[in-house]
Amino acid sequence: MSTALGNTALGRTALGKTALVNPAVLKSEVRLFRREPGSLFWILGFPTLLLVILGSIPAFRDADPDFGGLRPVDAYVPVSVLLGLTVGGLQAMPQTLTGYRERGILRRMSTTPVRPAALLSAQMLLYGGAALTSSLLALAVGRFAFDVRLPEQPFGYALALVLAVLAALALGAVISALSRTTKIAGAIGSAVFFPAMFCAGVWMPVQTMPDVLARVVGYTPFGAAAEALNQAAAGDWPGWGHLGVLVAWTVLLTAAASRWFRWE
Amino acid sequence: MASTPMIEVTDLRKSYGGRPAVDRVSFTVEEGEIFGVLGPNGAGKTTTVECVEGLRVPDAGRVRVTGLDPVTEHAATRQVLGAQLQESELQAKLTVREALELYAAFYTRPLDWRPLAERLGLTDKLTTRFAKLSGGQKQRLFIALALIGNPRIVVLDELTTGLDPRARRDTWELIEDIRANGVTVLLVTHFMEEAQRLCDRIAVIDKGRVAALDTPAGLIRRSAGATVISFTPSARLDDRDLNALPGLASVEYKDGRVTLSGTDETVNAVITLLARTHVTAHQLRVTDATLDDAFLDLTKDATTTTGATEDATKAPSNDTTKEAAA
Repeated sequence: MSTALGNTALGRTALGKTALVNPAVLKSEVRLFRREPGSLFWILGFPTLLLVILGSIPAFRDADPDFGGLRPVDAYVPVSVLLGLTVGGLQAMPQTLTGYRERGILRRMSTTPVRPAALLSAQMLLYGGAALTSSLLALAVGRFAFDVRLPEQPFGYALALVLAVLAALALGAVISALSRTTKIAGAIGSAVFFPAMFCAGVWMPVQTMPDVLARVVGYTPFGAAAEALNQAAAGDWPGWGHLGVLVAWTVLLTAAASRWFRWE
Repeated sequence: MASTPMIEVTDLRKSYGGRPAVDRVSFTVEEGEIFGVLGPNGAGKTTTVECVEGLRVPDAGRVRVTGLDPVTEHAATRQVLGAQLQESELQAKLTVREALELYAAFYTRPLDWRPLAERLGLTDKLTTRFAKLSGGQKQRLFIALALIGNPRIVVLDELTTGLDPRARRDTWELIEDIRANGVTVLLVTHFMEEAQRLCDRIAVIDKGRVAALDTPAGLIRRSAGATVISFTPSARLDDRDLNALPGLASVEYKDGRVTLSGTDETVNAVITLLARTHVTAHQLRVTDATLDDAFLDLTKDATTTTGATEDATKAPSNDTTKEAAA
């Protein structure tokens, strides 16, 4: 496949035969991530904090027919689970990656035996890992603070969650590919972030959306993820339709990112 | 042939959007040299070294680094070649020590970063984050990163641009020190003083071509007006006599002072002329032209004639250029 990723010298060297994941680079990126209080808060802390705030409203702990007999706090657990990966994938990662390209950090790495793709893979592992940690934290706090039942179909839940993380990272990679500067990455990231949060159900969990809206939202990556998580939480295997939507988005976005990503 | 040259560039060509940036550039760098690539901005210097570094794929021609192809033998080339890039940063919150440790982990036989940091005066900055370093400290860190893999060749691109004179001189000592440690240096610069002081040989690149390739002294000797004679004559000299001087490149009268540029022959002829006409020369000075003068002369030639490459092949000490002749 002749893609922008591969047709420059930097691209060729970036995607060469050397291992794609470099442990030293990954370790260094994790260390740098820990020095970003903003990212730490919004990715790891905020989703659970939101859950705690909503769960502290007494009315949110009463079963509500609008929520299909669930308590609002139950419905907000999957929302919190998706929130961290939206912030990490759409806001934090594209800005970091675009900055690495803008400031020549990818280029400097390409003068060493390690390929700049090692920085890309480290960033994806890092934000993927942070998103999953954030999700587990939200699940744990939901369980212990508000008695929200853990997913009754844990394997289906894990599968839906991993697919959602992959879709978020792929979307983040596309944003980074399309942004020449960190500022542009921030702007596109925010423009995509709010619709993504809406689809994930931050303002209105998908169960409470009108039918037509819920169906449309179900075709978006985060809407499909929310639906799949809800089904798995309730003990059903997540619908193949929702999982299929997530896979399709991931494939499409990954192809777009590798088509447009520039190393310099 | 003796040993494999450290760098071999033959008939290198690279265009951007149909406009040639590098057009049939050839040169060879031998082990232990400080080899300068000198030229005006936009002459094709950086593109040339980027092809050597394997960051760009040449359109045509051959590039070898210790016999390796920097594009197809990527990892092996980078084990022997370290590069400091123009306008390339590090993560803002990475400390000096972390950067050194990280980059050391990329190589099979890295140097110990502690003595390296010491040599580059970074020891008291080890816990400082990249964003907090001064321009000179950043440059020293980049040199350290270029050297950490224990390379045989190091490429330094516009290393001293933006440094104050003190830091620049310190950097020059450092480059000499690097060579003294057995590392071959490819130095890209547009500072004549720097090239004259440091380089064993210089390729002057202008408009994507090698305009000349020689030692700094050779380049100066080769340019018209390599010697400058100036004096204040006790009486005005006849213009015809002056213009008839052998090897004369230029004459200038200013505030009663004559400045001539030419060759050693011109110097002798001037002295004879003065003796013959009984004119006394006050404050007589004979100086060598600088590389600056030679450079302006060489790049001026390239703009008025297309003979830049022929010029390079005709040069007596230019044994490594295999231009146009082919």
